[in-house]
Amino acid sequence: MSREEVLERLQPVFRDVFDDDSITVTAETTAADVDGWDSLEHINLINAVEQAFGMKFDMGQILTMKNVGEMADIILSRI
Amino acid sequence: MRELEYPFNSNDILKRARRLKRELLARGSGRLKKKIAVLGGSTTHDIIRAMELFLLDAGIEPEFYESEYAQYWQDAMFPGEKLSTFAPDIVLICTSVRNIRTWPQIGDSTEQIARLEEEEIARYTGMWDKLSADYHCPVIQNNFEDPSWRLMGNRDGWDSHGRVRYVRRLNERFAAYAEAHESFYLCDLAYIAASYGLDRWHDPLYWYMYKYAMGMEAIPYYAWNVAAIIRSLFGKNKKALVLDLDNTLWGGVVGDDGVENLEIGEETAVGEAYAEFQEYLRAQKEIGVLLTVDSKNDEENALAGLSHPDGRLKPEDFVCIKANWEPKSVNAAGIAQTLHILEDSLVFVDDNPAEREIVRQQLPGTAVPELPREPEQYLRILDRSAFFEVTNLTEDDRGRTQMMRANADREALKSTFADYGAYLRSLEMTARIHAFDPVHYARISQLTNKSNQFNLTTRRFTQDEIAALAEDEHSITLCGSLADRFGDNGIVSLVAGRVEGSECHITLWLMSCRVLKRGMEQAMMDALAAECAKRGVTKIFGYYYPTAKNGMVRDFYDERGFALIKSDEEGNTIWVLDPVGAYEPQNQFIRVTEGGEQ
Repeated sequence: MSREEVLERLQPVFRDVFDDDSITVTAETTAADVDGWDSLEHINLINAVEQAFGMKFDMGQILTMKNVGEMADIILSRI
Repeated sequence: MRELEYPFNSNDILKRARRLKRELLARGSGRLKKKIAVLGGSTTHDIIRAMELFLLDAGIEPEFYESEYAQYWQDAMFPGEKLSTFAPDIVLICTSVRNIRTWPQIGDSTEQIARLEEEEIARYTGMWDKLSADYHCPVIQNNFEDPSWRLMGNRDGWDSHGRVRYVRRLNERFAAYAEAHESFYLCDLAYIAASYGLDRWHDPLYWYMYKYAMGMEAIPYYAWNVAAIIRSLFGKNKKALVLDLDNTLWGGVVGDDGVENLEIGEETAVGEAYAEFQEYLRAQKEIGVLLTVDSKNDEENALAGLSHPDGRLKPEDFVCIKANWEPKSVNAAGIAQTLHILEDSLVFVDDNPAEREIVRQQLPGTAVPELPREPEQYLRILDRSAFFEVTNLTEDDRGRTQMMRANADREALKSTFADYGAYLRSLEMTARIHAFDPVHYARISQLTNKSNQFNLTTRRFTQDEIAALAEDEHSITLCGSLADRFGDNGIVSLVAGRVEGSECHITLWLMSCRVLKRGMEQAMMDALAAECAKRGVTKIFGYYYPTAKNGMVRDFYDERGFALIKSDEEGNTIWVLDPVGAYEPQNQFIRVTEGGEQ
């Protein structure tokens, strides 16, 4: 799976979690760009992403990922 | 909403929670609004989110107070202004094994461990007593799930120094408190975690990262259980099971295979599964659930199947048996009518997906659990669906099947009379009408939460609110029970009014539909008028607030001789009886006594 494909598959997850069909996910997207993406919603998002890709983030990764691009890189390294 | 019925997809619910909430809120109105204070020992954000969805789906619109992280004890003992002005209808103390502060040490003496236990228990009972005194509302407390590790392995479960043993001792103490106190309920975290799987429940990442007491996927299972307790407290339980027969209560088709070839009993594995399922259903009667049959069969074959010597259910366990070739939805609607309950109080149980679909479409309020193909799974699906979650078990619940069967006898008697008055006289009815009394508070609260049709104001009361009402010197309260030659119906009608000088305003008037057209409402009116006259009240005001379900009492006050003084576009009406002194007693058929106890 390419990085682009990962981003493509992340988009519907973001749209579901934030209930917003206008969200467009790019590698540069950060929490500041998405309405409602706070630390509590982050938990739900991480869980939904894990389900979508059948993988688990570890504690360090959850804390350090800066943007969706980094999230995609971790996913690529784990699947 | 199908997504929110058991068995649900936990991850999907959480992921789409925002969307589901939006869709639920868009679905009409008429929801019961309730305030729930969640005092947590861990992060409760997603617990509240899941609970909200389940409650909305049950017709309850919650507003939440959420304590700051792990501030449950501080909030209970020293509430800030936000909580004290919130005035909760329910307090949930959402603690877990993570909140046990001090554990027994291997070197501790028996006395030291006992003291430790007392201190831990005192911290909780202090909180419960305070909350109950402050808010007069039901308190729901989690007990403790088993800990995630065992220092001594299996010995941890029986040695008093073991954490497993300690948790179980505390749980026993919690249960003893619950048994001794009204309006206090335990949410059985120990069972929920075990049923979910303890190792998956204790997800250490979720604890260390987010301070979640349970893994993300476990949250909806917990929230589902709390929601079941709250649904039950606010009268949203189902009342009757509508059961198919062939391949639902036994293996095989009685009309084709013959009674002797049905699979039920100890002969085969499938037969054993059906026998236990029947046993489970029969036990439902003990908690007041009504059993009915809705089967495509000749009645003769249905009764023969139910009389199978190895069957656990017998024809007399059912309050209504419809075995014919009508559509099942028509029969189910007929059952609701016969039992004087609403279609949304029914649970339709059928192995056939096509029949389930028809009932879902024709009777949208009826619960239709999705049964798997394997009969050995039926029991668990019904059990976990919590249609009949018991919070308060009254005398009335235990005798309900018998009462409903007595009703069938009354119907049979009625058909032998041409004159309805003569029929009523032949029933030899006696009523006891008296003020709300403590022994009946549970039943009275239950009635206010369950009655929908013969209910003028549809006001719901918790047991604490009933107690407050009964003790208020400015209120008149009346509860009436009705007995006749076929049996005692227990408390069937409630009236409450607020006295303001020479006026009485009726805030509550309801009657169980089980005693419809027996003249009980006349007897209650007579009692109210007499009580008002005694207190110097000269005018009685009656209020009717229409709902989707209480159309049958639109003209109730007119029939009682009240005059209409006000009505609005929504159909709300206000009536007056003036002067009370001119009221003529209306009861003709019931002998009335006033004593609270027989």
